Amino acid sequence: MGVETANNQRTRVSRRAFLKAGALAGGGLLLGLRLPPTDGTADAAGADGNAPEADTAFAPNAWVRIDTDDQVTVLVDRSEMGQGVMTALPMLVCEELEADWARIGTRFAPADEAYANRLLGSQITGGSTAIRNAWQPLREAGAAARTMLVAAAAQRWGVSAETCRVEKQVVRHPESGRSAPFGDLAAAAAEQPVPDSVALKDPAAFTLIGTPTDRLDAPPKVDGSARFGMDVQLPGLLTAQVVRCPVLGGSVASFDASAAEAVPGVRHVVEIDSGVAVIADGYWPAWKGREALDVQWDYGPHAGLSSDAIAQQFRRDADAGKAATARDDGDTAAALENASKTVEAEYEVPFLAHACMEPMNCTARLTDDGVEVWVPTQNQTASQEAAAEVAGVPKEKAHVHTTYLGGGFGRRSHTDFVRDAVACARAAGAPVKVIWTRADTTRHDRFRPATYNRLAAAVGDGTVKGWRHHIVGPSIKANNDMLGGEAVDSSSVDGAKDLPYGVGNVHIAYTMSNTPVPLWWWRSVGNSQNGFIREAFFDEAARAAGRDPYELRRELLADQPRYRGVLERAAEAAGWGAGPRHGDARGIALMKSFGSYCAEVAEVSVTPDGRVRVHRVDVAIDCGPVVNPDTVTQQMESGVVYGLSAAFDEAVTVRRGQVEQTNFDNYAILRMDQMPEVHVHMVASDSSPGGVGEPGTPPIAPAVANAILAATGEPVRRLPLTRAGFRPA
Amino acid sequence: MAVELTVNGEHRTVDALSDTPLLWVLRDDLGLTGTKYSCGIGECGACTVHLDGQPVAACQVSLSRAAGRSVTTIEGLAGDDGGPHPVQAAWVAENVPQCGFCQSGQIMTATAFLAHTPDPDDAAIDAALSGNLCRCGTYQRVRRAVRRAAATMQEAK
Ligand code: FES
Ligand code: FES
Repeated sequence: MGVETANNQRTRVSRRAFLKAGALAGGGLLLGLRLPPTDGTADAAGADGNAPEADTAFAPNAWVRIDTDDQVTVLVDRSEMGQGVMTALPMLVCEELEADWARIGTRFAPADEAYANRLLGSQITGGSTAIRNAWQPLREAGAAARTMLVAAAAQRWGVSAETCRVEKQVVRHPESGRSAPFGDLAAAAAEQPVPDSVALKDPAAFTLIGTPTDRLDAPPKVDGSARFGMDVQLPGLLTAQVVRCPVLGGSVASFDASAAEAVPGVRHVVEIDSGVAVIADGYWPAWKGREALDVQWDYGPHAGLSSDAIAQQFRRDADAGKAATARDDGDTAAALENASKTVEAEYEVPFLAHACMEPMNCTARLTDDGVEVWVPTQNQTASQEAAAEVAGVPKEKAHVHTTYLGGGFGRRSHTDFVRDAVACARAAGAPVKVIWTRADTTRHDRFRPATYNRLAAAVGDGTVKGWRHHIVGPSIKANNDMLGGEAVDSSSVDGAKDLPYGVGNVHIAYTMSNTPVPLWWWRSVGNSQNGFIREAFFDEAARAAGRDPYELRRELLADQPRYRGVLERAAEAAGWGAGPRHGDARGIALMKSFGSYCAEVAEVSVTPDGRVRVHRVDVAIDCGPVVNPDTVTQQMESGVVYGLSAAFDEAVTVRRGQVEQTNFDNYAILRMDQMPEVHVHMVASDSSPGGVGEPGTPPIAPAVANAILAATGEPVRRLPLTRAGFRPA
Repeated sequence: MAVELTVNGEHRTVDALSDTPLLWVLRDDLGLTGTKYSCGIGECGACTVHLDGQPVAACQVSLSRAAGRSVTTIEGLAGDDGGPHPVQAAWVAENVPQCGFCQSGQIMTATAFLAHTPDPDDAAIDAALSGNLCRCGTYQRVRRAVRRAAATMQEAK
């Protein structure tokens, strides 16, 4: 995009300064911040890469556009990957702008400093931050625009602004009966000063925020018109597949392209950084070319790597005793020593793949002085930087068009697919869409870390008096050269370190045990492992203490009202303590992550031969103020399925240096006939907003494990269930 | 090889390798990108289209096998009046889609299923749709939308 914004500087600009900068730029504001021509996808207008600057009558800030034809458009600066930002973010703007929701338009914003995520530092969608980041600024953006429109009307009519009302994007002056739609006022509003400060509505007066609202992106997603990265079409577009070394860390030694080049439709066979690219007229010739390609690999140092060896390494490193302390309350050693009873256990969780339904892909085109990419990305800033670097152009010359994302879950904040596309476009001298096959997407994912854990609890007097958790596993940050010398990667201990129970003596330690397996953030990150381990082991301890796991949790959360709030709500909804309803037993677990509190109860049956069925899940969520309750419900349903799928049967394993899983036949994700009924209950709170994309995931695995423990008396200490002797029923 | 087939009621001639999967003929040769690629091995249902009215995985049907036959894709599902198919309308009413990537396939499976099972029970819905994977976990809403669509289609009779 032409990012000559008034505040085109590297440092983040506070919103206030940003509005001022906008004012300096005059009525046009954010000059050169070119609007994508449609919902962020490449269409005819955008296909030439020279879409005209959008002529918007009124552009008071980075998010609001109002045209003289009365069209109000909200720029959505986060990626829509299913989590509903394309609906929720415009709701925030609209609430204060008083636009007519039925007519609201949306567009994906370009990559621009103006859209930096204040919580994460760059334009990135992740960490369940979209609403937390936007809650204040987007409402202020809407209020500022409304203030300017009203000022324009008041000036025109010679009345005071205070006597005007706004409803459904019409400004009215009741005394005189005059009225004007936003479109009529847009040009005049652009001449008004940007207000220094705006007053926001009392939440009690919200008409949109807090109301279940239909997804704006549903219609294009049911008629095939929503364009994902995979769907980008450009004149003269070629399609590439990249053959990567199957062994982790290996590289190309040599290759013979002759057979591949002989395949009709294959245009180029070239080596790029990540492997050998077969560039062809379409997907199928690229695939056939790839099949015909003969590559000799240099397998590198990890050709002997196996999951067994990794598991042994974790145990060795656990024994070596080099653990960094992440939390140390009281005297846990003494508590364990003096306990009337101690419980000890080892827990293990596997590497996991993201398995987005849309395989990785990106489309790139070199222009006279820069590069354009069309990409389903969670990270516009990193995509822009990667594209610029590979194309050898300055960052400002790299334009990022964000498409719809066919799932993200963290995977799409990486840029390996962007690099592939730009490298191929360079090599081909033509626009290229790189498509990773499903096997490429699975084997060359960057995975959720596997870990090995040792736990001990001091039990006595019907309660837990001490808690020790030693985590051994690889660090995501170390794996990606992001660790600044710290001994504890905070994401490795998330969910473990913040044990909320008032047990007095707590010792949490982490031993970094790195492996060559590529790692990345996976939905809910460390909470996904540690939530299972912590909450499942809690039930083991409660059992040893002779206590109901729900009652003991309540007791040990006496001074944690938000934890208790969700715990009690979930238990009540699930009929905790009553006889079996849907299955043999119930299990409960809770986690706080990404600023939200979530408790889940699973009702589960287990047959004598180990077939597990989850019948019903009750989710209680306290995420602070709720923008779109239906989105929160969807995200809880989604989080439960993602976590349950992993708990049942997901595991990535390595043999002879190669990831063994390739596709949905050997990396099985949850199917519809395994889907429990999910009931979502929102617990009201007026604290600041929490995330919703991730917090639903961590509690489900332990809730199911705890139900299995209750049903069978056997703890589940290893995931997935299929590796702990169970099968989905 | 030039192959003739009917797509969404229109006669089309395609010149592509005869073993090209119908999926890529639709997407790359005919520009119908509503049909999605996800697994390529018949495991996920994202590429589901109707071939002579039957739901098939378009990644598993070669161009030569589709020759002379009639294909309906998500783009061709709307009624004669251009309005959404009752299944599509039910999907919107239940806010089913999340990321949306699997949804074309879910809808194509559901429409074919309801055409011969107008009043399905939950077990039948699960059985019919378990070949369609959704990583976003929209299954519960898919069930609801299928029931809703079945009801509206019954009423319309
Ligand atoms: S892409 Fe055809 S079934 Fe998955
Ligand atoms: S809606 Fe995302 S995969 Fe189904």
